[in-house]
Amino acid sequence: MSAAFVQEPSTEELPARRPLDQDWRKLLSYGLLLALVMVFVALTNMPVNLDRRMLIEPIFSMGYLSLFWLPAVFGLVVCREPVLAGMPSYAKGSREVLAGSLVGLIGGAGLSMLTFLLDNFNLREPLVNWSPQLLELLSFRQDTAFGIAIWLPIGLVLGTFGGLAHLFSATTRRVLSWAFVSVITFAVFETVILDLSEGFAWLGAEWVVDELYFIRGGLTMHGAAVLAVAGGLFAAFGRDRAHRAKESFQALEGTSRTRANAIGLLVVAAALVILPLFLGGITNELLANVGLFVLLALGLNIVVGLAGILDLGYVAFFAIGGYTAGILTTTNRGESWPDWMPQFYWGTALVFVVILAALAGLFIGAPVIRMRGDYLAIVTLGFGEIIRLLFLSDWLGGYTGAAQGVTNIGGVQVFGLATVKGTDPRAVFYLVLFFCAIAIYVSWRLERSRLGRAWMAIREDESVAEAMGINTVNAKLMAFVVGAVLASFSGAILAAKVGSVFPNSFIILVSIVILVVVIVGGMGNIAGVIVGSVVLIGILGGPRQPGLLQEFSEYKLLIYGVLLIWMMLKRPEGLVPNVRRTRELHQDEYLQDAWLRGEIDTDSEHTDDSHSNGNTGVLPA
Amino acid sequence: MSRRLLTINKLSVTFGGLHALKDLDFYVDEGEIVSVIGPNGAGKTTFFNMISGMVTPTSGDIIFKGESLLGLDPNQVTAAGIARTFQNVRLFANMTILENVMVAQHCRTRQGLWGALFQTRPFKREEQEIREHGEKVLSFFGTRLVGYRLDQPAAVLSYANRRRLEIARAMATKPTIILLDEPVAGMNPKESAALTQLIGELRSDWGFTIVMIEHDMSVVRDVSDRVVVLDHGETIAHGTYEEVSTNPDVIEAYLGRPAEEPA
Repeated sequence: MSAAFVQEPSTEELPARRPLDQDWRKLLSYGLLLALVMVFVALTNMPVNLDRRMLIEPIFSMGYLSLFWLPAVFGLVVCREPVLAGMPSYAKGSREVLAGSLVGLIGGAGLSMLTFLLDNFNLREPLVNWSPQLLELLSFRQDTAFGIAIWLPIGLVLGTFGGLAHLFSATTRRVLSWAFVSVITFAVFETVILDLSEGFAWLGAEWVVDELYFIRGGLTMHGAAVLAVAGGLFAAFGRDRAHRAKESFQALEGTSRTRANAIGLLVVAAALVILPLFLGGITNELLANVGLFVLLALGLNIVVGLAGILDLGYVAFFAIGGYTAGILTTTNRGESWPDWMPQFYWGTALVFVVILAALAGLFIGAPVIRMRGDYLAIVTLGFGEIIRLLFLSDWLGGYTGAAQGVTNIGGVQVFGLATVKGTDPRAVFYLVLFFCAIAIYVSWRLERSRLGRAWMAIREDESVAEAMGINTVNAKLMAFVVGAVLASFSGAILAAKVGSVFPNSFIILVSIVILVVVIVGGMGNIAGVIVGSVVLIGILGGPRQPGLLQEFSEYKLLIYGVLLIWMMLKRPEGLVPNVRRTRELHQDEYLQDAWLRGEIDTDSEHTDDSHSNGNTGVLPA
Repeated sequence: MSRRLLTINKLSVTFGGLHALKDLDFYVDEGEIVSVIGPNGAGKTTFFNMISGMVTPTSGDIIFKGESLLGLDPNQVTAAGIARTFQNVRLFANMTILENVMVAQHCRTRQGLWGALFQTRPFKREEQEIREHGEKVLSFFGTRLVGYRLDQPAAVLSYANRRRLEIARAMATKPTIILLDEPVAGMNPKESAALTQLIGELRSDWGFTIVMIEHDMSVVRDVSDRVVVLDHGETIAHGTYEEVSTNPDVIEAYLGRPAEEPA
């Protein structure tokens, strides 16, 4: 059972190759790809928009970061080679550095060319996004000739640096990357850290922050230096200890593991309850938005992650929750409603919200659920739009306010003690937190129940699940209904928070974003879904909610797309993967590892014929 | 005379003009082991698919314990008491071995949302029973599928053990009849001899009635009470192993018609 069989990469090294011993075609294609990517980023006007956000005052803005990181990464990646366990690999040397430099140079040449073209030809017509400021930025506010010339050395230097990274020892590389990451993190999270420092002013936090940050945003020079040193020092000395602590935690088994998990959960829960007290409005608002999407994503996770139903119209239930709560609690109801209908408290309205969402789940689910795969996805996509269009239509306009939506929605009364409204983001956050806790509990319990097992079986093989006695229609409908109810909670909170609901709050993009959150975070894993919401919604922002990096809001979808593609290629199981899904997606690797650990069963009582029984560790198709 | 469990009358199915099965008559009595044999493409697996509700017959009737199974979904057939295995092993590969047999008890258990969310006492009791029954079924195969294996994914099992787990999963549904589709395919002689004995025990110790498709004639000979031979969707012979194995029609179906003497 030990990992003793798993071999470490061989320490033996083949001698370094000569610098000119290059795979020229690969080098050229990487260089051209880099040039294309950089030109593309420049033409989206991203550098100009991000230039407003200073990272280190006054020398380095996020705009330049958006271009500079590319040559370094490409310079590093071009010479990456797979390291095979037990096989000797080539020593790294001047070859890697040269490759990095050349790739960087070609990339830099791409931007030089762009600068030249922008200066000499009118490209405004086909390429609408770039602005004159881009030219200014590309030539570093000097004249254009300087800009054309300067990108070559910049590409060269950054690419060389990327290539050089191959030569550094693991520790050096770690120290450098930690130094870099800590500077960038503190620069990017400026808003939150400032907000926090106000809450912790009594600890003298404000003094620290004043030293770190420049008044108009961005780190100060000495602040950045301090952070870099601190990050590097942590990587050199503190990280091992953290690593060991993590390993010893993972080595825990049985009850002690359960206890450690419970303690961890309690600490996180306590932090979530206490921390908002010290946070200002902006951060609490952000957390509340993240919470709304956690709620949605947890619901979709049951439908997609557990039961395997690819629902692209999930926003429908969000909308139903929002509209039901809105209409029942507003003071300004559509004229078609009869006069005798009372105005409800939010808590009372929630009962109707749950009932209606469950019914909608049944009615939408019943026809859809008999379909499989792509057909199901397309049909749900249609239903998602139908619901929105119904709310927008003249037919229901008297009830739903059509394009004007429902306004003047009251807040949430908590036992007559307080009213939770959008003006008090902290209270909204606590409300969201409460419902998230419910959703987490529901997901956790259901996964480990008869119903959860049935969902898993359906996801694995629907026909076999049915032949094994599972009423697949009922089980899938159940998943649909539970997902619908969780989404409707989120909608009801949104209505109370914003005070109004409009049809265009429930566009199809919302469904897509929730799905991306679930996929990027880690399908089928509660923690993964939460991490996904924090990363995507908290940092980049939701479909209509600003995130931490407000400058990125125009490029949100672009980044979502890039992230999604990259994740699908490199880490399809998500940021915080579900064990089962990882196994499924990496079955070959998993079986190989299990074989190396001696866990693959070889019918030891019949060792003489272990070859003949097809024990190759590969599943029949 | 033991009770008649399953009667099939004039069962036919056509796939776009092709007769997969034609006017098939069949019966199983309680406690019997019946083997269905025949050359490739004879319609044996279609026959199983039809009983288990995965394929709807064009005409004819399937009567199980006095009630017709026609028009029932596969899960209702399983609930009625007919479980099956698959020729190309179809386990839930990423679920653990224990979960595979736990999920198979779905139609014998009741607890839903409410019990799971509020962890009611009946819910906990039922979970306990499901687990115990699962382990009991797995221990039918000795130590191969229990112990540390319980929490391993089914994917790591050897081919023979996957077949065993499939049988265990069918047993877990608490059936009356188990349909085994080539239970020893891909096993070596030693393993298939061991499994043949276990199939006997399925009847004697567990009281299951068994219908089995099998190509391995030694297994068929050792364990079956009756043998039904299918060819081109029709029954061509029927009787004990000895009767069937000497039947000229059967030999012809397997080996082909002897070449005509040149005139």
